Formats: sequence, C-alpha cells, structure tokens
Amino acid sequence: MNSYPDWWKLVFGRFTLEAIPYHEPILLATFAAVAIGGLALIAVITRMKAWGYLWNEWFTSVDHKKIGIMYMVLGVVMLLRGFADALMMRGQQAIAFGANEGYLPPHHYDQIFTAHGVIMIFFVAMPLVTGLMNYVVPLQIGARDVAFPFLNNFSFWMTVGGVVLVMASLFVGEFAKVGWLAYPPLSGAAYSPGVGMDYYLWALQIAGVGTTLSGINLIATIVKMRAPGMDMMKMPVFTWTALCTNVLIVASFPVLAGTLALLTLDRYVGTNFFTNDLGGNPMMYVNLIWIWGHPEVYILILPCFGIYSEIASTFAGKRLFGYTSMVYATVVITILSYLVWLHHFFTMGSGASVNSFFGITTMIISIPTGAKIFNWLFTMYRGRIRFELPMMWLIAFMLTFVIGGMTGVMLAVPPADFILHNSLFLIAHFHNVIIGGVVFGAFAGITYWFPKAFGFKLDPFWGKLSFWFWVIGFYVAFMPLYVLGLMGVTRRLNHFEDPSLQIWFVIAAFGAVLIALGILCFLIQIAVSIQHRDRLRDVTGDPWDGRTLEWSTSSPPPAYNFAFTPVIHDHDTWADMKKRGYQRPLDGFRPIHMPKNTGAGLIISAFATICGFALVWYVWWLAALSFAAVIVMAIAHTFNYDRDFHIPAETVLREEDLRTEQLARA
Amino acid sequence: MTTATAQQDKADVPVFHLTEDEHEHSGGSTMLGFWMYLMSDCLVFAVLFATYGVLGRSYAAGPSGADLFDLKLVAVNTTMLLFSSITYGFAMLAMDKGRQAAVQGWLLVTGLFGLAFIGIELYEFHHMILEGATPMRSAFLSSFFTLVGTHGLHVTFGLIWLTVLMVQVSQRGLIEANRRRLMCLSMFWHFLDVVWIGVFTFVYLMGVLK
Repeated sequence: MNSYPDWWKLVFGRFTLEAIPYHEPILLATFAAVAIGGLALIAVITRMKAWGYLWNEWFTSVDHKKIGIMYMVLGVVMLLRGFADALMMRGQQAIAFGANEGYLPPHHYDQIFTAHGVIMIFFVAMPLVTGLMNYVVPLQIGARDVAFPFLNNFSFWMTVGGVVLVMASLFVGEFAKVGWLAYPPLSGAAYSPGVGMDYYLWALQIAGVGTTLSGINLIATIVKMRAPGMDMMKMPVFTWTALCTNVLIVASFPVLAGTLALLTLDRYVGTNFFTNDLGGNPMMYVNLIWIWGHPEVYILILPCFGIYSEIASTFAGKRLFGYTSMVYATVVITILSYLVWLHHFFTMGSGASVNSFFGITTMIISIPTGAKIFNWLFTMYRGRIRFELPMMWLIAFMLTFVIGGMTGVMLAVPPADFILHNSLFLIAHFHNVIIGGVVFGAFAGITYWFPKAFGFKLDPFWGKLSFWFWVIGFYVAFMPLYVLGLMGVTRRLNHFEDPSLQIWFVIAAFGAVLIALGILCFLIQIAVSIQHRDRLRDVTGDPWDGRTLEWSTSSPPPAYNFAFTPVIHDHDTWADMKKRGYQRPLDGFRPIHMPKNTGAGLIISAFATICGFALVWYVWWLAALSFAAVIVMAIAHTFNYDRDFHIPAETVLREEDLRTEQLARA
Repeated sequence: MTTATAQQDKADVPVFHLTEDEHEHSGGSTMLGFWMYLMSDCLVFAVLFATYGVLGRSYAAGPSGADLFDLKLVAVNTTMLLFSSITYGFAMLAMDKGRQAAVQGWLLVTGLFGLAFIGIELYEFHHMILEGATPMRSAFLSSFFTLVGTHGLHVTFGLIWLTVLMVQVSQRGLIEANRRRLMCLSMFWHFLDVVWIGVFTFVYLMGVLK
C-alpha cells in the first residue's frame, strides 16, 4: 500500500491491486464462473437483439406487474448466492474438528456468515415479499397500477444497487466480518478498518431507500386506490397483510437508515456514537438496530400469512374462517412487533423488570399468531380440500411454524434465554420460522400466482419434488442445531474441538444438501414448465377457482389490468361475482389513462450505486461527482411534466376481443 | 358517480363495474404519500433525538451545552426560520388567489430567510469547531452536530427544491402539478419548522440549564 504514489490515492482512493482477491482460489473460481456466465448471458441477449426489448419493456417499465416479476427474479438469483454461502458454512462446520482446520480460514468464514445473513434477509426475502405484494396488491384491489408508478421503478433499482454493491464486495475487496447486524465496537473503524463494513453500510443504505419508498407507495395504493365498494373490511386478507407490512416498513426502515448513518459517521468522520471512549455507547446501536430489526421479521412474515390465508380458502373451496379475527390478529401483531425488540439482548443487563416486560410482550404475540393457525385449520375443516402444491406448502408451514413458534416462546423466557442466547438453538429457531414461514410462503405464493403472471401453471411433478426436498431437508438441517444449541454450542464458529459434536454437524450438512436439491428442483420446475407451457396453459385466467379479484382478469393481465373499474360487494369478490352470474363486458370500452415508462429511476439508482462504491473506496472525487449526478438527474426528472398517456379504446377492444376468443376456446 | 352497466336492467344482478372513469384522485395520493414520507423522515429525527437524549450529557470532560451555546444567536436563528414559515404561508395564500408574481416574491423572501438560517448555523458550527468543540470531541458533540446538522441539511435541500420550483412556476405558471409541488414543499418546510422547535427546546434551552 505504501508503495503507491500520492496521485494513485487521489484517483483511486484506498483501492489497490492487492484488493482483488486473486490469491483466493474459491473466489477466483467463483469470479470465473460469474464472468463466463455473465458474458454468455450478455452474448445471448445481444444475439437475440433483446437489449431494446429489455430496456423498453422491463427496465424502464413502471407497470407494477413487470416490476413485481423483476423483484422475484432478483430474489431467486440472490437465493442462489445466499444459499451457496450456507452450503460453504455447513461444509466447513462438518469437517473442521480437532486437527482439521477445514477449508475456510476465519477471515473468510466470517465474511460468509455475514454475507449469508445480509443477503438472505435484504436481498432474498425482501425482494420476494415485495415482488409478490407489488404484483398482486393492485390486482386484488381493482387498481390499474400503484399510486406512484415511477417511484416503484426507482425503488426496485435502488434495491438492485444494494445487490450490486454486495456482489462487488465478493470480487473487489472484501465483505464485512461482523455478523449480519454489525454490532459496534467490532464494526467500528478501530476493529473493522477494511472496506467490508463500508460495503455493508452503503449497500443497506441504498437498498433501504428503495424499500422505504416502496412501502410508502403501497400504503398510498391500498388506502387511496381501492375499487369502489371495497371498504377496509372487504379487502382481501393478503392486501390487509400487505398494508400492515408496509406500515411496518415505513415505521421501521427510517430507524435503520438513521442508525446506519450514525455508524457511518463513526467510521468516516470519527464521531463517538458507538465507540467505547469519549462518551460513546455501543448498546445504543444494539437497541436502535433491533427497533428496526424486530419489525423487520414481521415485515417478512405478515405477507406470507396473507398468502397462506388466500391459499387456505381457495383450496378448501370456502370462505376464510374468521376473516375479522384474521384482520385484527394481523393488526395486533403489527403493533406488538414494536414492543418486543429488547428480547434480542436480554443479556444486556437491563434488569429483571425490563426483561420481564419484554419477555411478556413477546409471549403475547403467540396469541394472535395462534388465532391465525386456528383460523386456517377451521377454514380447512369440512372444506373440499384440493391437495395441490400451494396447499401442501400451507400444511408444511403450519407444522413447521408451530415448532418454531414454540421454541420462540422458550427463548422469550429471560432466564432460559440467558442459557440459549447466541447459541445454535437460536439459529435453529429463527431458521425454523423464516424458512418454515417466509420461504415456504414465498414458494406457495410463487406456485399460486405464477399462472396469473405468465398464463401457464408450474409443473407439479418437479414442484412436489422440490417441496419434499425442502421440507425434509429443512428438518434434517436444523433439528441437529436445536440439539447442539441445547448442548451449549455457540453460533459463528469455524472450528470445534469436541469430536462428539461432529455427527450432528454432518447430519446438518446433509440436510443442507437436501435443500440444495430442493432449489435445483425448483429451477428445473421453472425450465420444464416453460418448455411445456402449452400443456400447462390456462386461458381462463382463473386456474385454481380463485376467490379474489386478481383471478377475474386474464392471465397474464393486460397492461391496464381491468378494462372497467370493478365494483366490490364482498371480500371474496370474484367468488361473489361468479356466484351471482357476472357477465364480462364485451363493448363500450373507453381510453385508459396510464403512466409512461421512464429510465430516470434506473439512471438515478446507477449514480447512487456508483456513489456508494466510491465512498467505500474513499474515491472522493467520484463520490462527489456521482452524488451531484443523482441530484441533477432527480431535478431534471421533475422538469418532465409529460408522464402519462391514454391507451386508446380500440387497443382495449382488441385485447378484450382476444380474451373473448380465448375463453370461447377454453 | 356510477352510470348504468350492461347488466343493470336485470334487477337482481348488482353492478360489477363502472363504465365511466372515476374522477382522478392522483393529487390525493400524492398528499398522503408525502405525509407518509414526512412521518418516515420524522422517525429519522426521532432516532437522532433519542441518541441525543442518551448521549447529550456524555461530555467526556469536554465542553457542555452551557459552555458553548449562545442563546441570543440561536434566538435570531429561530426567528429566521419561523419567519420563513410565515412567508411560505403567504406564498400559499397567494397561490390560492392565483397571483403568480406574489407567489414568486414570497418564495424568494422565504428562500432568503432560509439562507440566513443556514448562514447563521454554519457560523455557529464554525465558531464551535474553532474552540475545539468538534463532532469528534465527545458523544455529546457528535449527537449535537448530527441532530442540528441533519436539520440544516434538510433546510438546504428545501432551498434547492424551492429554487427549482421557482423556475418551474416561472416556466409553466401555477398549473395543477406545480400547485401540488408547492403544497408538498409547504408541508416539508413547516415540518422542518416543527422539528426545529424540538431542537431549540431540547438541545439549546435545556442544554444551557445546569
């Protein structure tokens, strides 16, 4: 580093050629694979002359459906990255006993568990959940788009910006080695001087802006754009859970932004918020980050509860049992999620009274959650259940989530937590609820709404194979961790001395391989389904005999969603319409007012990402330039007053006639 | 609101769709969305206030608020910001009457008050840093500079926004889109005023109390 001249530092900041990890064979191989894959993808797109299509129809699109699909693609791609990290950890822990050091040295292992947590929460679970909400909510409430279509596109690209920074850290420099929530003082400048922590901070800050804005967007959409007749208690349950989730997003992500900004100041400016000296207080950080962090887990699970509710009533062929109690349970969980953050650090030492308060509020959450489980059970009771794939995910979820919930209540007891905190028991618990709740829910949602988005169902054979590998693999991978946790094994270790523990880690690694097969089957399922799309085709737009409004339009829906704004009489709108003999209108169409596509969101996000990258490497001139570019582009965008257009009535008529033909053939 | 649909002649089948477009409410969503943005921004300030609440007495043997704050200067500064809110209010009244020149004039006055506020704040910061009371000196000063500085940054962005809007109003007049934007900036500006009253009370007034 010292051999670099002054001009180098001026131009490249603290970037040096040593920062490229060409001495790490694992990273080199990964880079080679990514580079070859990326080049191949670029070559294929160029060969198919698809760049214009991608740019015009997807990247600059403000259509909530396309943005939703892009979120889903992003989430699935990042699932592969996050799961590769998981496999590496399981592999290391299965072999690193006694004299065997394993294949991952501590500095590499620490980056992997940090990246795994960050990626799985921010760049897998969040995009999957946001993608489903983006796609489904406007359709369920009978709207033609979200309230702020441009902002929606911008939010997506900001999320991509965060992904780009995390992925860049793999090949340029390093990632954080501090655990997914980056507690100071470890994450401060003194103990983490490298670029890894800065990648973490800027990736989350940039993606967080996108998440907050998409939260505001969806709330405004749900509050302001419901079709006439749909009062709050006639909203589909998924829309209700989406509303509560987005309220949580808007109420918690600013706290994350503020907290990370303070840590950033500590690292860049030398302030003393979370340092050990000059009056700083690291526990401030832990409190603040969990005031965001606890609502965050409900942000992920609530929409999945909504998905399960839709699936339960659809595949049991009857109304959801206890709709009102479901809504109230959701709202109560939303409120309670703010009153429990301290249970993540009972061992901080805030005393018996404070710990009791947070222990009790935590246990109370199991009441509305239990009510939901009973509602789903009673929905199925005496229903005409169809055991299709979404229903199977629902049942696997109910069994798995109840186990995770019970271990959660165990952890909510402060004296028990003093024994179990920071152990593999905790790891097993939160994977139990996040995989059993969020991941199963995402797969259920994908299977359920895929035919809506693409007009053909997913192949059930490979889906069921994926299902069984996932479910069995989950139990094989995480039940041993419960056992290990009870034996006192702590998390985030890359080497063990006691050989009697090894068998449990080997079993867990085997479980991880089963899950890997589950992911593989899911990818094959998509490929096979695309190949056999004609056999799996659904022209009715309503392949599952659905109950909510999204099933009333064609699959995939036209750009304008509904030719006429629907009028709602019941919360099971579409079931109600079918029952009362609804006739699809065939003429009298009018021009439809729609927002125009724009590339501004992508461009602003690109500059924001460059700015983040420059800040990570202390390339101040580039950071200043790209920040100025963000401001100038944002201002320039406001000078564009011409943001909408009308789809002519003839186009609507043509699209609707096409649908009439399709329906006649069906 | 609704006009008849094709099915309406059959009395037992209810109306399932509107054949006419509903009146567009895009302005309504913008106001709600902007309110929510303000509340999310409010939470950022809540984090900073909470941090100041916890760390505001951690002087680390350095200077305290009583040593540093010049209440007379802060009073002048507060006056600048409060006046700017009043003048922005006048701009909005002029907007309602459709008087474009008056709107521009009041916006200009608002901007000048805002500039004066930023100028005085920068002078205060500069003065403190010269005395050795830097953001790095103690947790108290870290949280002080961050809270007050974040508010100042917001005012600065408000000034940029105000300038852009003055250009847009001069180009296109008081069209509906511009009125909506002026309304959003108005909420933003008054919001910053409210935050400043919190800063003035909790940081400055309570800071000089021993």
